[in-house]
Amino acid sequence: MDDLLTDFISETRETLDAIAGEIVAWEADPTDRTRLDAIFRFVHTVKGSCGFLDLPRLQRLSHAAEDVLADLRSGNRTADAALVTAVLAVIDRIGELTDAIESGEPLSDEGEHGLIAALAANASAPSAPVQPVPQAALPTRSVSRSIRLPVELLDRMMASVSDMVLARNDLAQRLREIEPSGPLNAAFERLSHCVGDMREAITRSRMARIDTLFALLPRMVRDLASELGRKAVLEVDGGDVELDRELIEMIRDPLVHLVRNALDHGIELPEARRAAGKAETGLLRIVARQAGNQILIEVQDDGRGIDPDRVLQRAMAAGLVQAEQASGMSRARKLELVFLPGLSTAASVTSISGRGVGMDVVRANLERIGGTVDIESRIGHGVRLTLRVPLTLTIIPALTVSSAGSYFAIPRSVIEGIVRAGGCAARIERIGGALAVTLRGAHLPVLDLGRFMGLADEPAAPQLLVVLRTGAGDRFALAVDAVHDHQELVVKPASPLLMASGIYAGTTLPDNSRPMLLLDVAGIAAAAGVHTAVQIQEPAEEPEERAILLPSLLFRDLDGATRAVRLPLVERIYDVPVEGVVAAGGARLLAHKGRVSTLHAAGPLPTEGTIRVLRLSDGAAMLHYAIDEVIDIVDLEAALAPVPVAGPIAGVALHQDLPVEVLDAHWLFASAVRTDAEQARPLCLVADADDPWAREVLTPLLDMAGYRVSFASEAPEGRVAVIVASGETPAGVEAPVIRLRSGPERERPDDDSIYRYDRDGLLRALQARVAAGG
Amino acid sequence: MEGMYLIARIADQPVALPAASVGSVIEIDAIVPVPRVEAHVAGLFALRSRILTVIDSRVVLGLTPIERGPHMAAVVVTVDDHGYALLVDAVEDVVEASRPAPCPAILEGYWRAFAAGVVRRGEDAVLLLDLPAMIAGRLPQAA
Repeated sequence: MDDLLTDFISETRETLDAIAGEIVAWEADPTDRTRLDAIFRFVHTVKGSCGFLDLPRLQRLSHAAEDVLADLRSGNRTADAALVTAVLAVIDRIGELTDAIESGEPLSDEGEHGLIAALAANASAPSAPVQPVPQAALPTRSVSRSIRLPVELLDRMMASVSDMVLARNDLAQRLREIEPSGPLNAAFERLSHCVGDMREAITRSRMARIDTLFALLPRMVRDLASELGRKAVLEVDGGDVELDRELIEMIRDPLVHLVRNALDHGIELPEARRAAGKAETGLLRIVARQAGNQILIEVQDDGRGIDPDRVLQRAMAAGLVQAEQASGMSRARKLELVFLPGLSTAASVTSISGRGVGMDVVRANLERIGGTVDIESRIGHGVRLTLRVPLTLTIIPALTVSSAGSYFAIPRSVIEGIVRAGGCAARIERIGGALAVTLRGAHLPVLDLGRFMGLADEPAAPQLLVVLRTGAGDRFALAVDAVHDHQELVVKPASPLLMASGIYAGTTLPDNSRPMLLLDVAGIAAAAGVHTAVQIQEPAEEPEERAILLPSLLFRDLDGATRAVRLPLVERIYDVPVEGVVAAGGARLLAHKGRVSTLHAAGPLPTEGTIRVLRLSDGAAMLHYAIDEVIDIVDLEAALAPVPVAGPIAGVALHQDLPVEVLDAHWLFASAVRTDAEQARPLCLVADADDPWAREVLTPLLDMAGYRVSFASEAPEGRVAVIVASGETPAGVEAPVIRLRSGPERERPDDDSIYRYDRDGLLRALQARVAAGG
Repeated sequence: MEGMYLIARIADQPVALPAASVGSVIEIDAIVPVPRVEAHVAGLFALRSRILTVIDSRVVLGLTPIERGPHMAAVVVTVDDHGYALLVDAVEDVVEASRPAPCPAILEGYWRAFAAGVVRRGEDAVLLLDLPAMIAGRLPQAA
């Protein structure tokens, strides 16, 4: 095969891989001009090359696609779903033909005319849908296919180039001493530039971003999901983590298999999901990040999960586990059984995931490169698989900091931000001999880097704080003297003597040629005893019941029932003359000491004399509750048995085995306020009208907190003060937006969404947005 | 079995290392300290593009540390894919010597723990160092 053809094939392949993500994104939004242009350029280039390379079939296909895309660009045609699918089918075909040309295998042209016909302006939906050949059937291709090199040769190149960089630095130093002339300087600059370019190129030859692996996933998920009748959305994070190319190739197949599994066996059909109270569209999350001296790749789905006992049953049925081993097997151990060869938990081995690669092969592949794979699952909630790959050679974007003259690197992935200590934004205080900082309402421990490393005593006041978040969710601030630059560092494993300290992730040689250590932030947190919160990425659970007791005032109510109210709400208890009570507008008011307030009474009031009242206050408003007599102050459980109807009673607690109704202060205050100023309650627009959760759980909360609730599907009455949304916000409404997320942990450091069950957080945010809006 | 050995000096005591284990002999001018590691780890040194963990052989042997200066002698070795630079007081020679024999003398404490035998250089007996033990810095397990 001649050079021109080889070049064409490599280039076409590379571009196809590169625009795979673009294609899926374009499908989601066919009006996206940039993406359309990218795809157009691709087919245009292919068409051009086909001409002089004499590839008539490819030429026909690319030409047809180019025409359609040109029409879309010029606006002569609009993209509908059928057209998008037709274009994608043609592009797939171009890929297959390219493969066939390279392998020399003949590829039948059956259906090709159909593909082209489907692009025509008046094409009807094809009766036999032209299916793009699923990715599963394509031979697995390796990134390095166009040229093979022994790895040692590349390593030698890298070492030589690094030496060259050092020599360049040395030369630069000496030149500075002699103050070179213009031409000498210019020549050095040119040399320096070339050295820099070469260093980058050589480094890239060995490393690649894991994105090259992730790029093929959106298309795969889309195709598989539609084939299986599932609805699924793919979320990918950490694509910029760089790995040795060799390693990427070795985890390509396992990763693909895990994704297929998640779609085939994990994520349920839309009806099943709906019946289980889940969103119809399943979520597949793939996250790559560096942790210690490993790269972690998590594949998580929110599907039906794996039942450890069922796995055990199948393992025993297959004779892989004996009865004696089975008893006393822990849950984790049972889940691990999925990695046994010859085990399949699917009711039927489908053609998608049952073919060739099994979980046992996934594990074997990982172990061959010194990695591992772990599995966690919650029945009904999903599965999380964690692939760990050793950090042999990686490029990590990192921040350089220094304390007491020593320099350290911190991976950018764990840095939430950098703040200057002091001032109201980052207030430092000493608690129990240790430092803490208050940042945006959160209290974080402060660790002085110099002191932790034994390099210096703690300074009088920390200057710069690097706010860190470990993979486990622990957050703390590292006080440093200075923050330097931000580089992409080539990190190599540190010797066991260094790793034994538990606080380093590797060693690196930055541009100044001084060896530097990369910090393992999780290890530092552990060594320093930092634990702010342990959060596991789990789907939303019901808020846990706490066996907490709250002091409450026990009293006999006017209707003879024994009730209680939370003690902090009771401001005072006194007697008032019954003449001060008036009925007005369907409610009772009490005039006392020149002030008028709402009076609640659960039974008939005496007609003369005095009545005992509790004055309840929520800090701002005040109301009175008439009682018969106070019984005692007791501790009652915080968790109450709920009552079905909203009203003055929040729930029932047990006191000495007898049920006691507990007053619902929120309802009381809400109804008191309601009679006074109904229209003053701010209007909150809930965007997720179709979400049962929004109607059943969010709305009552908002209502009780004093907001009027309107749904996006209805026309709002009055000005919308704030919008609460989990997904899209309605168009045409100008108001601040509060985003809700379903999991407790934030996905990105700059994510300002609020966990849907963080009641306090949500109410605070509502207050802030409404107040800001005026 | 005859072999080639590198002869170095640690605190006036000549020591031997199999030449096959030694990558090179270098002069170190500056060591970057590493906090929170064991005492015998002097720090890091970059040899061209390779980062070596520097070990102070005198500290391993329970002696006062090697004097720091711009010309510290070190022996570069590789153990388990990691590079180490073993600081010594001086490097003398590479010689041929007889096969190692068990130590005749009753060695004191540390020397006993890190010596793998003696080799004969002419008339003299030179202690052969147990390299992995020196790097680990720990007294090796009783045989």
